[in-house]
Amino acid sequence: MLSFTLKRIVQLIPVFIGATLLVYFLVFATPGNPIAALSGGKPMSPATEAALTAQYNLDKPFWVQYGLYLKNLVTLDLGTSFSGQEVRDLLARAFPVTARLAILALLIESVFGIIFGVIAGMRKGKLFDSTVLIASLLVIAVPTFVLGFLLQYVVGVKLEWAKPTVSGSATWGELILPALVLGLVSLAYVLRLTRTSIIENKTADYVRTATAKGLSRNRVVTVHILRNSLIPVVTYLGADLGALMGGAIVTEGIFNVPGVGHLLYQAIQKGETPTVVAVVGVLVIVFVIANLIVDMLYALLDPRIRYA
Amino acid sequence: MPENQNFNPEDGLPIRNTRAGKVSKYKIEHYVAPLEETPLQAVDSVKETGKPLSMWAEAWRSLRKQPLFIISTLLIIAVMVVAAFPQLFTSIDPTGNQACLLENSNEPARQGHIMGFNLQGCDIYARTIYGTRASLLVGVFTTLIVVLLGGAIGALAGYYGGWIDTILARLGDIFFALPLILGAIIVMQLPAFRENRSVWTVIITLAIFGWPQLARITRGAVIEARNADFVKASRALGLSKFSALVKHVIPNSLAPIIVVATVNLGVYIVAEATLSFLGVGLPPDVMSWGNDISSARTQLRNNPTMLMWPALFLSVTVLSFIMLGDAVRDALDPKARKGA
Amino acid sequence: MTQSATPKPLLEVKDLAITFSTPDGPVHAVRDANFTVMPGETVAIVGESGSGKSTSALAAIGLLAGNGKVSSGQILFDGEDIAQASEKRFVELRGNHIGMVPQDPMSNLNPVWKIGFQVKETLKANGLAGDNPNKRVAQVLADAGLPDPETRARQYPHEFSGGMRQRALIAIGLACRPRLLIADEPTSALDVTVQQQILDHLDTMTSELGTAVLLITHDLGLAAERAEKVVVMYKGRVVEYGPALEILRNPKHPYTQRLINSAPSLSAQRGDKHEAIVDEVIPGKAEPLLKVSNLTKVFDIRKGFGKKEKFTAVDNVSFEIPKGTTTAVVGESGSGKSTIAQMVLNLLDKTEGEIIFDGEQIGNLSEKHLFKYRRRVQPIFQDPYGSLDPMYSIFRTIEEPLRIHGIGNAASREKKVKELLDQVSMPASTMHRFPNELSGGQRQRIAIARALALQPEMIVCDEAVSALDVLVQAQVLELLDELQREMGLTYLFITHDLAVVRQIADNVCVMEHGKIVEQGTTDEIFDAPKSAYTRNLLAAIPGASLI
Repeated sequence: MLSFTLKRIVQLIPVFIGATLLVYFLVFATPGNPIAALSGGKPMSPATEAALTAQYNLDKPFWVQYGLYLKNLVTLDLGTSFSGQEVRDLLARAFPVTARLAILALLIESVFGIIFGVIAGMRKGKLFDSTVLIASLLVIAVPTFVLGFLLQYVVGVKLEWAKPTVSGSATWGELILPALVLGLVSLAYVLRLTRTSIIENKTADYVRTATAKGLSRNRVVTVHILRNSLIPVVTYLGADLGALMGGAIVTEGIFNVPGVGHLLYQAIQKGETPTVVAVVGVLVIVFVIANLIVDMLYALLDPRIRYA
Repeated sequence: MPENQNFNPEDGLPIRNTRAGKVSKYKIEHYVAPLEETPLQAVDSVKETGKPLSMWAEAWRSLRKQPLFIISTLLIIAVMVVAAFPQLFTSIDPTGNQACLLENSNEPARQGHIMGFNLQGCDIYARTIYGTRASLLVGVFTTLIVVLLGGAIGALAGYYGGWIDTILARLGDIFFALPLILGAIIVMQLPAFRENRSVWTVIITLAIFGWPQLARITRGAVIEARNADFVKASRALGLSKFSALVKHVIPNSLAPIIVVATVNLGVYIVAEATLSFLGVGLPPDVMSWGNDISSARTQLRNNPTMLMWPALFLSVTVLSFIMLGDAVRDALDPKARKGA
Repeated sequence: MTQSATPKPLLEVKDLAITFSTPDGPVHAVRDANFTVMPGETVAIVGESGSGKSTSALAAIGLLAGNGKVSSGQILFDGEDIAQASEKRFVELRGNHIGMVPQDPMSNLNPVWKIGFQVKETLKANGLAGDNPNKRVAQVLADAGLPDPETRARQYPHEFSGGMRQRALIAIGLACRPRLLIADEPTSALDVTVQQQILDHLDTMTSELGTAVLLITHDLGLAAERAEKVVVMYKGRVVEYGPALEILRNPKHPYTQRLINSAPSLSAQRGDKHEAIVDEVIPGKAEPLLKVSNLTKVFDIRKGFGKKEKFTAVDNVSFEIPKGTTTAVVGESGSGKSTIAQMVLNLLDKTEGEIIFDGEQIGNLSEKHLFKYRRRVQPIFQDPYGSLDPMYSIFRTIEEPLRIHGIGNAASREKKVKELLDQVSMPASTMHRFPNELSGGQRQRIAIARALALQPEMIVCDEAVSALDVLVQAQVLELLDELQREMGLTYLFITHDLAVVRQIADNVCVMEHGKIVEQGTTDEIFDAPKSAYTRNLLAAIPGASLI
């Protein structure tokens, strides 16, 4: 298991370097003046221009620029925003909020997605199965921001069950509604994946053999069908973290959640490219680490991977 | 346990007991069924009745009976017609000078304007009809580029393997580490894109971050097909390696690609709307569902229909593509296929 | 093994009918089946695929697939009718009253649980785990012939070989000392020598425990050797049953007779019917068409972190094939026999040695010469489901080689395809059909027609009949034989099945671990085998000693 973990970490290094390089390259090496890119197309004073050039080492060759960017990223030296605040401080305030939101969303999508998926898979073709399947299609087809507005309007404004927007402290309770919106599309995907996986494993030879051993139906389902079916679902959840981060921009915008997505959204609106690049860099790190964790979980669930 | 095995003195290997068969201590009746009951049939006789069916023909036959397939196909055709000829569906030209009158701002539905008006006093129905084209263009062309680019890369990586595969797989991983929406936001911020925002910049951006997924799926399908005996047989017949890829491997890898591409077409339409909603998608002057939903946002409390109609059109379109993908997957499922 | 004087049958199947509901209407898989199993007795059900043999046995343990059910008749287990028993009753019966050993060892163990866990849960479910379950588990595994059971119990299925997995499955099936064991083709996925060891072991264990066995098999020889009673099924009906040896030596039903005549292990050697052609070829005088000398293939196996290991799949192999004859290369899985076929077909590069075809070196042929060589040497592969492109119609499949080599025009090619179909005894109307509409044997005929299209001199058959039912197998072998006589073809015949070799080959090379351990004429190999390995292989052919 240790050698597997080390191997995975080694494999992730080029991915991390490649992804940050890609982001950096897109911003600083594509046609056009990088200063103009950084300023969001607004006119600026020569002084700001010089400051930006110094901050991003634009007078140095590309590889040196990138190396320094990477160093700053790893040491979390992220520069300042246009309003003069340290991006690191902004992030430090926003990150815990988004972490809470993402954890809630992940929890909602995995718990409900798996439970509904298992029931639907075990009762393939029955009423519950068809209902859940149609509902999942609807959820996938309706864009997150429409769902967000609808839920905000119905639950927050009409029914007044929850506050339509989130306060500055963004407590767990306040975040339930936004997390539901954020996790809903993924929930539909998790459900469908679990269902397919269950249907496939239900007729596997080893399940029949387990039944032939005299095990009770419950034990066959939990020990043999469920565990094997969860393997692809876990992989999906890891990859989905990226989608959640993308979705957080939308959800946080709708519910006014003071998280990373909101930060990013405002930076985009104001054309603050330096902040955007820094925040996306950090998100890539988070995503890569999350994938490492999922890989290890995967190896725990499926012994064949560990030795491969 | 008495294992009376003998060993060969020369090499020490076990010599098998002579298995003379077993004789039961019970009396066993010897029963022979009358021949009329199960008359002998020719061994392996050839079926000569019925119409010959290729895999695609068979899939088509099962598809055309599926309500899911019929409904989604009809809807998709309808959406395409709307996108191509919006003027057939509304007499109001929302791009015209007289299209929006401020006096109609947020007016409810009335005769000739079945969905009412938006904040600028434009007819919501006409805008929704005319908005179809942009959304569909993005979906169709992004899918086309992704299938061609991702398909080609995935097929080459899977078929040739070795260092090509390694490099392409790592490249895919790198793009994979950047979620679609995040990546698209960055690209759409670039001066080259920001200053020329149009349907095409959105398509290119979505394609840049969409291809790795399709490349992965194609690669998997191609690896499976490449190891099939019929590919080896064709090579032994003298077919070149590349021809075998084109003539045998790719046609046999198409099923999963078609399914994923169909579903993704819907997903790209949603992605475009999301980008437009965030203000980095289509330029504000392009009429699209995403832009209309985005501008409806501030009016949600006093005029919810402004949000509802474009959202409904968008959702139904996306739903049709996803349902179509689902139906095709069921029809092409190798496990459901006869004899395979 | 003491039984009362007039024992009751342990299992009694009466007028059993089993129906599967499918989208195309009900399918009657089993009709009016009757047979009995006495306590401690081994009963074999024999039949081809689709004869209903597995279905009948699975009904007795309540494991029919979801859409199947017993539509009429009785299954009496120890006097109790369990044909319509509840799931609860079956859970009680399974494991400690009726056990099962399934067919495919690769797919029947759950890959994510340790072997010990999978044995232990069997014991626990049947209340037999005792105070020290781990010790019981080790004991059960040791009884099934797994050495070092404590270590084995802590391993995962993917760390086991096929034979070891089957032993683990036998351990599970017999862990709770059932009175009836259903063994569904327990060894058909294994090499013959492993098969023999495992069946011997199963025999010993069940006779010690006094367990009755219901053995499902397609191999009549194996059935006759291992069972007291044989039940022959055909198209869902029992056509004959009786004492095993009597059925084998004196079959009454025409179907049973047909089965025995076709079984390679039971029928005669490459018989008198084509003595003529064998006589024409006088060894040493005939020109060798293919000459393989000192052929070696070494594979690099990646071991992670850039480490590589060398694996010699084919080790210094030499043989010759005289024109117009058949040479069989026989060996068990991993012996390197298929690697030789791939190298002869030039689908795989050799590491060392020479392959000389008709005086010409193969391996460093130019593109042009290779293309010509392809015309002269053609393959037929094992898997009839994989060897034809499912997207191509039969016409396109057979026409492909003609098209690649630019032979004839559209009209002449169509004529040629019709001729080829006729040569392999397929109706011309098959032309417009697709592979998924044909049976395995028919697909293999199409593969033969495709191979013949270029009028090759040599055909490499890589396990070409291994996946087929015996009757179909016999037909295809006969076809190959006929074609050889008519067209003077030379065959390189790769197989794991010595019994088939006797029917088709003139010369035999026996391979083990990449080396040829023995070669000679078929008669020499069969009548006076020199190496211990060949003797073991011959001895492991089931049923051979019974006729």
